[in-house]
Amino acid sequence: MKVKVIVTLKNGVLDPQGKAIQQTLNGMTFENVSEVRQGKYFDIEVNESDESKAKTQVGEMCKKLLANLVIEDYKII
Amino acid sequence: MRSSVIIFPGSNCDRDMDVALKKFGFKNQMVWHNDADIPKSDLIVLPGGFSYGDYLRCGSIAGKSKIIKSVIDFAKSGGLVLGICNGFQILTETGLLPGILQQNKYLNFICKNVFVKIKNKENKYFKNIKKEVLELHIAHNEGNYFCSNDELKSIADNGQIAVTYCDDKGNDNEHNNPNGAIKNIAGIFNKDKNILGMMPHPERMIDPFLSGEDGSLFFENLIGNV
Repeated sequence: MKVKVIVTLKNGVLDPQGKAIQQTLNGMTFENVSEVRQGKYFDIEVNESDESKAKTQVGEMCKKLLANLVIEDYKII
Repeated sequence: MRSSVIIFPGSNCDRDMDVALKKFGFKNQMVWHNDADIPKSDLIVLPGGFSYGDYLRCGSIAGKSKIIKSVIDFAKSGGLVLGICNGFQILTETGLLPGILQQNKYLNFICKNVFVKIKNKENKYFKNIKKEVLELHIAHNEGNYFCSNDELKSIADNGQIAVTYCDDKGNDNEHNNPNGAIKNIAGIFNKDKNILGMMPHPERMIDPFLSGEDGSLFFENLIGNV
């Protein structure tokens, strides 16, 4: 089955790319954009039919590789 | 004194490091990332570069490579492990050093000479270096050191801050911070000071004609203390 993961920077961690995107959007007439946070998205195909087992396994993958928990949070969707 | 430089796909400072180590008397050997064992060594170096194309996060894939288990075992047994630039990023990704190197604050790749202040000389890496400030070279896109406030307090209290960015007089304030690193941190130790990760490249400063020689001071001191 396919498991989807979103990895984002934790609140309070500086995101210079998000800031640059926000400023560009502001300059493109989207003046009401007050913040942009950039993240990563993963589509993971796991050969496992049990959804909860697959998600538990992907959770381990997030902790061990996909996210660096010093600065990032992950969400399995 | 024997040293080993680990080569990952995308390493590009491995040969410079080999030249530097040999120049100052190390018997150096190059070790491929896909090997399981490291030959007997007094020092292991993780060189600069772009291991695995910097995919996912800088150093993250190298931090899970086959050779890394041997590096971790060696480091945990007290062996000297030096990570320069991408090597520093790999050390944080393995958890051997705290924190992480984020993208530079102003999103630019920085390639220039900088001054760094030696913050702790009670270790084999800086013990007998007479100078307080060294001129070294940096070349990186992700050198913006970050850690939590608790972690920062802990590394400061334990004397784990190795070098900070400064001016030629040693002022390490925000005006002399090239990449936004927290507290101007350019390099840190683990608690036992046998592991050092730093962004500046001492191996690029060993030739009086091509560069400065402050990197020579680093390697001369290191071989004297190994």
